[in-house]
Formats: sequence, structure tokens, C-alpha cells
Amino acid sequence: MSETTPILSVRGISKSFPGVKALAGVDFNLYQGEVHALMGENGAGKSTLIKLLTGVYERDQGQIFLEGKEIRPHSPNHAQEMGISTVYQEVNLVPTLSVAENIFLGRQPLRFGAIQWQKMKTGAEAALQRLNLNLDVKQQLSSYSIAVQQMVAIARALDISAKILILDEPTSSLDSNEVAQLFKVVRKLKKDGLGIIFVTHFLDQVYEISDRITVLRNGQLVGEFETGALPRIELIKKMIGREFEAFNAQDDKRESSAEIDKKQFMKVERLSKKGAVVPFDLSLHIGEVLGLAGLLGSGRTEIARLLFGIDKADHGRIFLDNRQVAFFSPRKAIAFGFGFCPEDRKTSGIIEELSVKENIILALQAKKGWLHTISRKTQEEIAATYIRTLNIATPNADQKVKNLSGGNQQKAIVARWLASNPRFLILDEPTRGIDIGAKAEIQKLILSLSNEGMSILFISSELNEVTRCAHRVVVLRDRRKITELTADQIDEQVIMHTIAEG
Amino acid sequence: MKIKIDRKYIPVIATFLVALLLYCGVGIRYPGFMTFRVFVNFFIDNAYLGIAAIGMTFVILSGGIDLSVGSMVAFTGVLTAFLIEKQGLHPLMAIVISLGCGSLIGYVMGCLIHYFKSAPFIVTLTGMFFCRGLANLISLESIPIYNPVFKSFVRLAVELPGRIKIPAIVFIFLLVFIAAIYIAHFTKFGRNVYALGGSSQSALLMGLPVGRTRIAVYALSGFLSALAGVVFTMYTSAGYGLSGLGMEMEAIASVVIGGTLLTGGVGYVAGTLVGVLIQAIIQTFITFDGTLSSWWTKIAIGLLLLIFILLQRFISQASRISKPTETVNI
Amino acid sequence: MSINKTNHTINNHGFVTLIWPLMGLAAILLFNLFFTPNFFHIEIKDSHLYGSLIDILNRAAPVILISIGMTLVIATAGIDISVGSVIAISGAIAASLIAKTGAPLLVVVTVPLLISMILGAWNGFLVSAIGVQPIIASLILMVAGRGIAQLITDGQIVTFENKAFEYIGNGFLFGIPFTITIIALVFGVTQTLTRKTALGLFIESVGCNPTASRFSGISVRSIKQVVYIFSGFCAGVAGLIAAANIKGADSNNAGDGLELDAILAVVIGGNSLDGGKFSLTGSLIGALIIQSLTTTILTRGVPVEVTRVVKALVVVAVFLAQSETFRNSIRAKFRRRTP
Repeated sequence: MSETTPILSVRGISKSFPGVKALAGVDFNLYQGEVHALMGENGAGKSTLIKLLTGVYERDQGQIFLEGKEIRPHSPNHAQEMGISTVYQEVNLVPTLSVAENIFLGRQPLRFGAIQWQKMKTGAEAALQRLNLNLDVKQQLSSYSIAVQQMVAIARALDISAKILILDEPTSSLDSNEVAQLFKVVRKLKKDGLGIIFVTHFLDQVYEISDRITVLRNGQLVGEFETGALPRIELIKKMIGREFEAFNAQDDKRESSAEIDKKQFMKVERLSKKGAVVPFDLSLHIGEVLGLAGLLGSGRTEIARLLFGIDKADHGRIFLDNRQVAFFSPRKAIAFGFGFCPEDRKTSGIIEELSVKENIILALQAKKGWLHTISRKTQEEIAATYIRTLNIATPNADQKVKNLSGGNQQKAIVARWLASNPRFLILDEPTRGIDIGAKAEIQKLILSLSNEGMSILFISSELNEVTRCAHRVVVLRDRRKITELTADQIDEQVIMHTIAEG
Repeated sequence: MKIKIDRKYIPVIATFLVALLLYCGVGIRYPGFMTFRVFVNFFIDNAYLGIAAIGMTFVILSGGIDLSVGSMVAFTGVLTAFLIEKQGLHPLMAIVISLGCGSLIGYVMGCLIHYFKSAPFIVTLTGMFFCRGLANLISLESIPIYNPVFKSFVRLAVELPGRIKIPAIVFIFLLVFIAAIYIAHFTKFGRNVYALGGSSQSALLMGLPVGRTRIAVYALSGFLSALAGVVFTMYTSAGYGLSGLGMEMEAIASVVIGGTLLTGGVGYVAGTLVGVLIQAIIQTFITFDGTLSSWWTKIAIGLLLLIFILLQRFISQASRISKPTETVNI
Repeated sequence: MSINKTNHTINNHGFVTLIWPLMGLAAILLFNLFFTPNFFHIEIKDSHLYGSLIDILNRAAPVILISIGMTLVIATAGIDISVGSVIAISGAIAASLIAKTGAPLLVVVTVPLLISMILGAWNGFLVSAIGVQPIIASLILMVAGRGIAQLITDGQIVTFENKAFEYIGNGFLFGIPFTITIIALVFGVTQTLTRKTALGLFIESVGCNPTASRFSGISVRSIKQVVYIFSGFCAGVAGLIAAANIKGADSNNAGDGLELDAILAVVIGGNSLDGGKFSLTGSLIGALIIQSLTTTILTRGVPVEVTRVVKALVVVAVFLAQSETFRNSIRAKFRRRTP
């Protein structure tokens, strides 16, 4: 690693969006010939930082220096011209065109205004050769694996001139062989003297390839560390950190699972889906809160989707009340008394244009069918009840739900499910991006629902939340169920160790 | 890997096979069918459709659609006739004005689609009614053209042995065809059109001139539709505001039958030519048959279009080309 | 189809959005009050109502009917441009049944309607089960359907004499044209079905966010299927009226261009082409605006062809006004001007 001045240096950079401070005075240094991992959970500010570097956003405050000169990238193109290239998880190439075209799109070699296909072919082969790759560049890009596509993207970036290469979660959809293939290329580029920023959620990979780590949390810099000198457990602690205690839920939670109704509600055997989650077992009792802990991409959302019938499992069986059931649509799952608050509130949760009232009664109405219309009066009563009990801040029930704040939108979705009177509720990151007060309310609600006999699958990146609410915690890593913790084992430290070491 | 590549070509191969089968099938039934004269007639009778379909090919390759084609043919046809006969303009002048009007309307539609992020179908559907209205506004009656200069254009032809005349419009069509292949495969603009249709989000992030390309595609389609209108006027020696009814469908059918994916990004100009020929064969067959009525053409084309759309769906589902469906908000 | 949903705060939907179409209608009527003599004159001849206003309502019948179906299709973020051809088919079947078989009235009415619904179901199948873009799915039927209609009538204009059937188009019920009764009936039933049952909520939900709707247990596929069937039904009824009106079926021209009129009516009525919230009343007013605009243009002696150009321009204006980008750029310009 070179000890000279950094090739890229970020000083006190800040960026705000309406209602959120995405980055607050963050510093960042990247040297030539190093792989620098950028770590943090959702909302930490990683992607905002990268978007500032690549000119997708413009910064509010702070400075960016490239080789000692201050720069102001105003578009991804501009950034690329200056030598900052990015390769995303979703390959931003054109799948329907050939490999060679993808490398040269927009800058094809011309002769009398005509594209020289032969020259483009040899040029593309040379660019890939730099990464020790031999491909038939005339083939359609989509005929190659995602890993190869990513390397084509890297080849394009390098061919345009890259001093800095940003790899934004490049490994999320790769299998281990493909990761190895990619890392071989990364090591070569490192040797060639590029500065590489590596964003990922996979700890193993960070320790395998990176030289240094910068950790962000809630838009703030936690620190910059030598990878070798930072034990995994410390890294996880720094990433997850601690929210201040908004309330003490431990009091409400029944002390041991002994108090929980022994009756089993659901049992899952060897459920799996390729590319989503490897076979896992799961059981859930009546009135139990089962926590799913794991980093982003560990398979937690994938499990929720399988259970709710959104995705079809490849293998495995689900038993409800000791009877095997099969459902491949949310509609069927709902008929069995399931409910699901999805992770992405905006795209798959709320119906923006509809009113709060309509959003709340939607699932119940869907369950009843269109002919058994809930009367206007009952609708209003239901809406009023949940607006009151969940404390949804809205001027009235007829307000469009999109005008509500994130936390209140989340509560409206929870209300939607509560109104349908489910036996089993899946909550995927129900507290993401909402303020502390609302978080505490949702946590309280989870416990009181479980007291009333509802079974809950609770997914959250915030471990303190999981430890507070869950009677049992399933720990996931790399799409695999690692272990199950009960009673006294449920402790942030223990969970973090489990995620780190397996 | 081999299989996947084959998949990409399935629609085009299917197109060629269908064309060949149809041609031979009809040829066996009607001996007079497989003559060179009939073959030349395919091109004479469908030159205007072919030209418009080539414009449509670019639009569909870019991931859009242009429903204004048929009305544009009617409008520019009637405008040309009107300018020559009623305004006494020189035919060349009249043609240039018509082509200019077509390009301009196409350009405006492109701008509406790009700058206001409006759905192409609704903008071009509006364009379709606008042009039809303008055509009817100019004249409700058919305007026959007697202008000697124009007549001499029409009579321009190459005579082959066997007294087979190949008129100018066929050469215009072939010229457009060759130029289109060149544009599609050997210019940056052409490749940008493919990229735009393949993934507009990627195209944007790769720094391609997405907006310029999209607008240019509709302007090009407008220009070619206008040219088709002029050619149609030469073909019929008249301009008529009710011509080209439902022609947009025939153009779209030519493109889709020609193996271009409706989702954009994949396809060939050459395929479109075959698509046009398939329709020509069907039409000629119906004429040869004599007992079948002309409306069978519409039904047959609708059916073919449907079959090819379904074929495309199954191919894309099989190869799971996932494309981002949401638009980029930057 | 690309849909841009931005989260700007916009005033609540509902009555507010109806103000613009209502004002548009009022403006046209006001114009006629001053410039068209006897425009508001309604007289009773042979205990039947006559007059320009009644005439507008009567002539607007096909557009109103189609735009009712179209409203629901558009609310699911779809489109159905095959309605013109379905009108032609429905009319052709009815005319042929009367002219060639002399079938009883019940058959003459139900068979075309059933076929129209099957055609709608076909569109719905392509859209919801196969995943074909709505515009393409209905385009196939738009052109092939015209051919089918011509096939049924053998390319001729089939005329007939049948007092009972003609009543659908020309009859009077309690002094009011029977077509108006039909409109009122279809409108009333649709309004009831969508507002008094949960159907409307489901349609809006599907149009606004299909993913979230599916996650909430709504069968997105069935909802889409249903609206296309309904659109086919509306076109079928319009086809019967058109046939009864001219005592014949003209497969070439029946329903031609009505698809844009209907889309225009829906859009003028304040409904968004992106789907979601819908207002049937808005579409009704939109259809009336279009018809009174057409009638006004005609009574002023302007050739009928101009109406198409005017309508096209109105569509552009209206959907520019709907475009978020356009409004923002206008707003930005105003802001720049005011210091």
C-alpha cells in the first residue's frame, strides 16, 4: 500500500434530503493500490457517499479531492471522464447487445462515419485481456453469467480510463466460484495501482480482499480501520452500534418462552429456493415473536417472501396446525391468516393514491371479497380504531396515505393487517427509516400482539430491537440459517458473534 | 450458451420460414404465383408500407411505438397532391414540404414523449388523429394529380427483359432499406437506438444521448411515414385523406413478424422487409383466390401478429431477459 | 409502460378535480347561449322531448358508454383501443341476425353483447395472463376486429327493418330518448357496482400499485380481466345503439375514431392515464364536453373534419396539464419571474 497522499480524499461532506440527513460531515480517504471496504447497514449513507462521488447527487457541504485537485462531479459521465468509474450490483450494461458493443457503446471506432466492427472486436478483446479474460466478444451480453457481465462492465470502465473503481455490492448475486473469479480481477487491478472502493455486506469477502475499512452509521463516520487490526466482532459492533433506549421493552416481554403457549402454530421443513435461501427448518408457536437476525442479504427477506407465498419455494414443506399446506400466492397465505408488512414500504406496501382509511381496510376487504362490502360506517370505525390505537398522525382518515410521514405510513400498513385479524404477522424491517418515538410504539405493539396470541416473525437490522422483542432468534448469514437462540442466549453480543463467526 | 444465442434468432428464423412456406404453399396452389412479375409486384404494391415499417422498426427498437403512421401517410399524401394541383407548386417543392411536415410532427411527438415523460402510445395516438384531421381538412375528396412533371416521376422505371417494369418507388424503397441497414448497424445513432431499447436506464448511465436519440427516432419515423405518403401518392397518382386507414397496424405487424421484440433492443431491419413480404404474399394470395374477401387480410395479419407476439413472450420468458421496468428518476 | 409516481403533495382527489371539466362544459354551453339561437330550447313534440341539448345527450350516447368502460380500464393503468371495432362487430352481428335470420329480439340483443364480452375477455387475457402491453393487445383486436366485422356483413352495409330493435336507438321512453335511459342505466349500475361494493377500491388499488395490491390479497389478474370484459360489454351496447340508430350496420365506419373520443373523455374528466383513482362522473362530463364541442363546431358551419384536429390539440393540452414535469417547469418559470 502506498503511503503517499491519497488519490481520493473526501473532507467533511454532507448531504440532506427532505427530512433526512443522509451524510453529516464524513471524511474518506482512498490510496492508490488499495481495496477499501465501505461498510454500514441500510441508511448508513454508503450509497449516498457513492452517489456524491459519481455525480448522481450534488453535495451540500464539504470537498472532494482527486489527486490533490478539488473536483465537482455533476453527472456519472463527468465523474467517469475524471477517472471515477462505478460497477453496480445490477449490471448497468445493455443485455441485448454484444460484449464488444457494450464495451464500446457511445465511443465506437469510426471510419468515414461508419462503425468499424472488426476494430471494435479486437479492442474489446484487448480490454478484456487486461483482466485476463478470454471471451467471445460477439456473443450477446445476456448469454454470460452476472459475474462475467460485471467484469465486462469493469473492462469498459478501465478502457474509458479509471483511476478509481467503485464496486457497489458487486457480489450480491454471485456464487462462490464467481466471487473468486471477480476477486482475481480485483487483485490484478490493485497490483496495477488502481484505488478500489468495495461496498458489500459479506464480511468474509471484506476480510478476504480489503486492506482498509471505513464504517458509516446513520450518515456519520464511525471510523477508518486497517482490516487486519479490526476483529470481526468489532466491525459488526461498529456497524450496528446502539440506538439509545427509547423504552424498556424487556419489562413487557414475558421472561421466558415457557410462558408461551406450547402449541405449535407453524412448522417449516427444509424450505429452500435457489439463489435466495438454502434449506432451513423453522418452527413458530402461538403467541411467539420469532426474530430473524442477520445482515442485509443474509436471506431474511427471502424467507419472509417464501412464507408469504410471494416466491415459490423449490423444495420443502410447510405445516400449519400440524397439517401440511401449500400456497403459492399471497392471497392463499392471507386466507390462512397470514399478514406481511414488506421491507419496501413505498413500492410494495402502501397504495399511495388511496386514503388512509382505504389502505387500512384493504386486506380485510380483499379477504372478504368484493361483494361483501364493508359498510362505510364500519370502515370508518375500523379506521378510527386503528388510527387511535396505533397513534397514526393524520388530519383525518380520508387523507391520502402518501401525505403521511414514513412512520405513519408504516403504521397504516400494520393497521391494514391488524384489521384483517391475522394469526401470523410477518414484519420485515417495520421500523426502518422512522423516528425513534414511532419505533418504540411499533415495538410495544409487537409485544402486546404476541400477548394476545398472535405469532410474529420479526425481521430487523437493529439487533437491540430484535433482542428486546423476540422470544427466540434465528441467526442468518449468507443465505443460511446458522443457529437459533432462546431465552438467555438472546443477547446482542451473542448474536453479533454468531453472525461474525458462524 | 449456444442454445441461448439461437433463442435470439428464433423469431427471425421463424419469419424466414413462414415467408418461405407461404410463398411455396401459395405457389403450389397457383402456378402463376411464383413468377418474377408477381414478385416485383410485391415491392411495387407495398413500397409505401415497407418504408413506413422501416421507420416503425427504429421506433420499436428504441422501446417505443408510433401509431401515427397511417394518418401521416394520408396527410402527407393529400398535402403533396394539394400543393401540386391546387397551389401549383413544383412537385419537388411539394414533396420537400411534405417530408418537412412529417419530420416536424414526428419531432414534436418525440419531444412530448421525452420531455414530458408521456407514454408513446398516447402521444402518437393523438398524432394519429391530428394528422387524419389535417388530411381531411385539406381535402375530403381524392385529389388526382395530372401535373406532367409529377407524372414523369411516376413513369420513371427500369425495364427488364420480359417487359417487366420496375418503377421509381421500388428503388426509393430499396434505397431506404439499404440506408436503414447502414444507419442501424454502422452509425452511433443506430446503436444508441438498440441500447435505448435494450435498457434505457443503462443507456443513460453509460452516458449515451438518450433524449436526443429518442426524439430523433420519432422524427425519423415521421420523415419515413411522410416519404411513404409521397410514395403512396406516386403509386396511386392521387392524394386521398382516407388512405392508410389501419396502416399503423400493418407496419407494426411487419416489424413484429420480422422478429423485432416489442420490448425493444432486439431486431433487424432486414426482418421487417420479410415481414412486409409475408403480408404481400397473403394479400396476393387473397387476390389470386378471388373468393376470399379483402378483409381476410386484416384478420390474417392480426392473427400473425398475435402468434409472433406470443412467440416473443415465450422466448423472453424462457431466457429470462429481465429488464428494468421502472423509469429512471434522476 | 413507464409510470412516474412522484410524491409531491397534491390536493385531495374528488370533487375538486371535477371543477375543471364542469367549467369547461359550462364555458361551451355559455358560448352557445349567446351565439347559437335556440340552443337551450326544448320542446315537446308528440309528447317527445326535442332540442339541441337532448340531441347532444342522444348523440353522445356511444362515447359516454365507451368512456364508462374505458374509465375502469384506464384506472387499472391499461388502455383499450379496440372498442371501435367491437362496436362494429356488435352492430354487424345484430344487423345480420335481424336481416338474415329474423331471430327474436332477445337473441338479437344478447348474442352481440355476449360476443363483445368475449372479445373484451380476450383482451383481458392477453393483458393479465400473457402480459402483453394493453396498447398492443387491444391494437390486434382493433384491426383484426374491423376485418371480422366486415366478414360478418360481407363488406356490405346491412340494413334492416325491425321496429322493436330500432327502439333501442330511436325510441322514446316517457318522452325521453331511450338511449338516454340506457346510458342512465349503465352509468347507474356501474357507479353502484364500483362505489357501493369494494370493486372500485380494488380497481383503484390495482391501478395505483399492483405489487402492494397483490401483497394485500387482491387478485390483480381477475380485476384486470373484469375491466376488459366490462369495456367490451360497454362497446357492445354502444354498437347496438349505433346499429339501431341508422337501421343498419356499417362495418367500415361504425365506431371509427371513438376510441380516442373515449380516452379523451376519460382524461378530460380528470382521470389519470397512469391509473389509480377514477371518477365516472368526470368521464361523463368529459364525454358531454366532447359532444357539445362537436355539435357547437358543426352548428357554426365548420366542417366536421376540423373536430379531429381540435380534439387532438385538446388532448395534448390536457395531458400536458396532467404531466408533472410540465407543471413543474411552468412553476419554475413563474418562480424565476417573481423575485
